[in-house]
Amino acid sequence: MRVEGGLIDRARPLNFTFNGKGYTGYHGDTLASALLANGVRLVGRSFKYHRPRGIFSAGSEEPNALVQIGEGAWQEPNTKTTTVPLFDGLTASSQNHLGSLENDLMAFNDRLSRFLTAGFYYKTFMWPRSFWERFYEPLIRRAAGLGALSGADDPSRYERGHLHCDVLVVGGGPTGLSAAREAAALGARVILADEDSLFGGRLNSERENVEGQAGYQWARQTTSTLASAENVRLMPRTTVFGAYDHGVYGALEVLTDDPKIGTEMPRQIYWRINARRVILCSGATERSIAFANNDRPGIMLAGGARTYANRFAVLPGRRVAILGADNEAAQTAEDLKAAGAEIVATLTSAAESTVADTQGRRCLSAIKLADGRKVECDTLAVCGGWNPNIQLTSHHRSKPVWNDEIDGFVPGEDLPPGMIVAGAARGVFDSQDCLADGAAAAALSLSDIAQNAPVEAQRPRPSVKPVQIKTPAALAGSGRAWVDLQNDVTAKDLFQAQAEGFKSVEHMKRYTTLGMATDQGRTSNSLALRVLGQAYGVSPGDLGTTLARPPYNPVAIGAFAGPSRGQHCRPTRRTPSHAFAEGAVATFVETGAWLRAQWYAQDGETHWRQSVDREVNATRNGVGICDVTTLGKIEVTGADAAAFLDFVYANTMSTLKIGRTRYGLMLREDGFVMDDGTCARLADEHYVVTTTTANAVSVFRHLEFVRQCLRPHFDVHLISSTEQWAQFAVAGPRSRDLLQRLVNTDLSNEAFPFMACGPVDVLGVPGRLFRISFSGELAYEIAVPTRYGNALFAKLLELGADLDATPYGTEALGVMRIEKGHAAGNELNGTTTALNLGLGRMVSSKKDCIGSVLSKRPEMVREDGLRLVGFIPTDRERQLTAGAHFLEPGAQATMENDLGWMSSVAYSPTLGQSIGLGFLMAGTDRLGERLTAWDELRGTTQEVEVTSPHFVDPDGTRLKS
Amino acid sequence: MKIPHPLLGLRDASEFVYLGDASMLQRPDPTAPTAPEKFHEYLHVRTNPAGTHRELWFHEYGDRSWLIVTRNTVTHDILNAELVTATGVRDAG
Repeated sequence: MRVEGGLIDRARPLNFTFNGKGYTGYHGDTLASALLANGVRLVGRSFKYHRPRGIFSAGSEEPNALVQIGEGAWQEPNTKTTTVPLFDGLTASSQNHLGSLENDLMAFNDRLSRFLTAGFYYKTFMWPRSFWERFYEPLIRRAAGLGALSGADDPSRYERGHLHCDVLVVGGGPTGLSAAREAAALGARVILADEDSLFGGRLNSERENVEGQAGYQWARQTTSTLASAENVRLMPRTTVFGAYDHGVYGALEVLTDDPKIGTEMPRQIYWRINARRVILCSGATERSIAFANNDRPGIMLAGGARTYANRFAVLPGRRVAILGADNEAAQTAEDLKAAGAEIVATLTSAAESTVADTQGRRCLSAIKLADGRKVECDTLAVCGGWNPNIQLTSHHRSKPVWNDEIDGFVPGEDLPPGMIVAGAARGVFDSQDCLADGAAAAALSLSDIAQNAPVEAQRPRPSVKPVQIKTPAALAGSGRAWVDLQNDVTAKDLFQAQAEGFKSVEHMKRYTTLGMATDQGRTSNSLALRVLGQAYGVSPGDLGTTLARPPYNPVAIGAFAGPSRGQHCRPTRRTPSHAFAEGAVATFVETGAWLRAQWYAQDGETHWRQSVDREVNATRNGVGICDVTTLGKIEVTGADAAAFLDFVYANTMSTLKIGRTRYGLMLREDGFVMDDGTCARLADEHYVVTTTTANAVSVFRHLEFVRQCLRPHFDVHLISSTEQWAQFAVAGPRSRDLLQRLVNTDLSNEAFPFMACGPVDVLGVPGRLFRISFSGELAYEIAVPTRYGNALFAKLLELGADLDATPYGTEALGVMRIEKGHAAGNELNGTTTALNLGLGRMVSSKKDCIGSVLSKRPEMVREDGLRLVGFIPTDRERQLTAGAHFLEPGAQATMENDLGWMSSVAYSPTLGQSIGLGFLMAGTDRLGERLTAWDELRGTTQEVEVTSPHFVDPDGTRLKS
Repeated sequence: MKIPHPLLGLRDASEFVYLGDASMLQRPDPTAPTAPEKFHEYLHVRTNPAGTHRELWFHEYGDRSWLIVTRNTVTHDILNAELVTATGVRDAG
C-alpha cells in the first residue's frame, strides 16, 4: 500500500508487469517496493519445499524474492526484486513452480520434508547403483535450480574496463560518503562505489538527522558535492565483489536491464579497479530470528520494513507485529505507525511472550505466541540485530574475530594490504560516529600513501545499544524454523548435522548447504551460529565462521567475458593472401589463431575431395602455390648465432654453408621432440629458422629462455619475423619455369640446387628464396615483405596461367606431406622421440644440446620401439582411419597386444587409394607384414599392410630435379 | 597480480607467462658421469614451498625478457623482480 512521502518521483509513473498482470510504480521504486505498493506479497516458491515466499528484505541480501526479468533471449533469471530499479515496460515473472505461482504442484515436496532433510542426497540416491544415471540424476536435474536460462544467445552487450585511483571507497552510506568527502578534500583520486542506485545507504531508510539536516538530504547534498569534484568518480549500482592481489578489486556495474535500450549501452560492465588504498564501508546486514514457520510472505526484516515505509512510501502491511531487539523494535513501530500502520504487537525483551509459530496459507495471517495467544496480523517485522558486512576482508583469508560488545563478527588481522574498514562494517553503528570514522579512515589512508607518520585519528569505538531477544524462539515452537530461506535449511537440519558429526562450521555448511545459495547466506550464516550457540550453550565466537570468498554477489559469466565472445573471443590472424583467397571463394579453416585457405573450390566441384584431389594433381604435375606464412620465422643473428643453434637443435647448424638450408630437429630437455623446421644461413652471422605454425610462440619463448637463462654470455639476438615476411610455397615440376619468369637469379640446378637459399629481387622488391620442399616435388618458398604478399600471390598465378598454376590449401598440403612421409603435428605430439620418427641419426653425439642427455635414456632408444611407417589397406577400396591401433592378426584388443597407432591418414590421388602414417613397434623391421587396424571409436576393424612411409618418390629424385 | 618489471615498472601479470622454479637456470653439466640423474632432478624434482619462492616469468606481451620474481606463495607478495640477464647467471654447459 502506497503512503505519503518517500524518495520516489510521483511525477514519473512507470508501468510494469508481474506474471502477466499490469501494475504501476514510480521512478525511484525498486521492483520489490513497487510490488509491495501494489499489494503483491507472494512472489516466489522456495528451492526445496516449494513453500510460498515473499519479499524478505530491501537490499542485496534478499534470499526469497528472486524473479526472472525480461523475456526470451534477454531474460535474466534469479534477479533480486530488491535491487532492480523499476523502469517502464519491465516484465517480471516468478520462478520454481509447476503450474501457477499460487497453486504450485511441486508444493507436495513440503509434505515430504521429513525425508528431505540435510544430507538426503547422500542417503537416498545411493542404491541401486544403476539407478543414478537413468533415474535419479535426470530427476534431480529437472527439480534443481530456481530460474531457467532461455537457451538463446544473450543479445546484451557486456563491457570490461580498468580504473585507477588513490582511494577506492566501497559503500556509499554515511561512512563511505564521509570517507570520500574527506579523501577528495585532501586531493586524492577517489572512486566511490555502491550497489544501490542511490547513495546514502541507511540514511535513505531511517528518519534521523545528520549534521543538522535530514539524513537523506545530507546524503543527496554530499553526493552532489562529490559529483562536481573533478577527482571523484561516483559509481552507483556498482558492486565491488572481490579483493584480488596487489590492490586489484573486481566490480560489477549494472547499467540497465531495459530491453528497450538494447545494445545502445552495455547492460553490465566488469571493472578491474586498481586502488592504492581501499576504505571498506560496506555497512551491515540485519539477521533474522528462527521460530516455527518463520518463512511466510509477510515476515520480513525490520530494517527492510523501515526502508519500504521511509524511502519508498510503501507500507508492507496494515496490521504489523514486531519481534526483536529493543531499540530496533521501537524505531520500527514508530516509523510504521507514522506511515499509517496499526501496530498489533511489539515483542521485545520486555515483552512477556514471544512468537512460537505463524499461520497463513499463502501469506501471513496470524502469529501464535508462546503463551498461547494468537494475534492476527499481515506483517511481522523481525530484528535479530546487525552483522557487519565483512566479506571482502576475508578474500585474502583473514579470519574474522568475534566481538561480544556488538554481538557479531568484525574484521580480523591481516586484511588485504591497503584496506581499512570503517563504519558499520567494523561495528560502528551510530551515524554520527560513522561520519567521524569514515573521515578518519580517509586521513589514515592518505597519510599512508604519503608515507607520513600515521595521523592521530580519533576513531570511534564499535558500539551498539544492547540487542536482546528474550527467547531463542526456534527452540520454543515445534514446527520447522528456517535459518537459510533460500536453500531451505531449517534449525532441525543444523541439529541433525551436529548429531551426525558435522560439527565444524565448514563441514556443517557443506552438509546442510547452509549459506551456499546465491545470497551466500547473508541473512542466515550468523543466525545459524546463534541457533547452535544457544542450543549448546556456547558463544558464536567459539563456533567460528566460514570464510567468505569472491564474489560477494553473483556475477554473470557474460560480464567476465565482456566483448570477448564468439568471433571476438580472440583476434583472427589473416594470411597475406587472404584477400585473394576470399576472392577465389576459398573455404577457410582455423589453425591456431590463423585463418587459412583449406581448399579453393572451382565451379562444378561439389565435394571437398574433388577440390583437394585436383589441387594435389595440379601440383604434382604442374605447379601449385600455397601460403605458408603461418610457419614461425625467427631471425637469429650475432657472432655466436651458429653456436647458439648448435645448442638448441639436435643436429649441427654451425657447419651449414652460407646460402644453404638444413632441416632442423629441436628437442625438449627431457629428450622428446619439441618441434621441427628449416634453418637457412643467409650470412655468416645471420640465420633464419622456421617453426611449425602451432609452436611459433612457444619455440620463440624457449629460444629466449636458452639465450637469456642458459647462454647469457652468447652474442646472439632473436627477432620474430613471422608477420614481417609473406612466404609462399611454389611447388611442382613447373615451379622453376614459373619462378624464373619472376626473378633474374639463375635457378638452374647448378646455380641454385636443392636446399639453396638467398636474397632475390622480386620485381624490384627485396625478397628471399629457399629451395625447400614439403610436398616432395621440385619446390621453392619465396618470401617478400608482408605488404606485397597478396599482390605476389596473384602475380604468381597470373604469370603461371599457361603452366596451369593452381592455388592449393592446407588440405592438399596435408595430403602431399603424408604421401611423402613427412611428420607434422599428429606425429610431433610431444610424446615421440627422434628415433620414433626415424630421425635418430639427427641427434648429434658430438656436441651438447638441449635434450641430449635425457634423449639417451634406455626406454627412448629401444631398438624395438615405435617407428614411423606407412600403411595401406589390403582392400584398396576401404579408407584407413586415424587413431586406429595395430594388433597381430587375430589378437585380442588389449593393452598388452597393442603394437602402435595410426597417426595420419589421407586419400592419395597420386596412388588412387587411402594411405596412412603411424607408429608401429619395430616398424621398420615389419615392412610388408599384414596387421589388424582396430578402431574402437568408429567400431571398425580392417587389415592393413605395413609399407615405407615414403609413398611418393622415395629416392627424392623429384625434389632434386 | 602485478609484477614490478625492473625496466618497465609495475605490469599486470597477464602480460607474463610463468615457467617455474628459478632452479631451471642451473642446467647440470652434461659431461658429468651422473648427468642422467642430475638432469632428472633438474627437470622433475622441485620443492613446493609455502612461502618465499624464486621463479621465472617471461614478459611475453612486453619486452620479452625473462625475470626472476621472488614471490611469497602464501600471500602473493612480490618481494623482488630482476632481469635474469642482470643476475650474472653462470653457464653450466
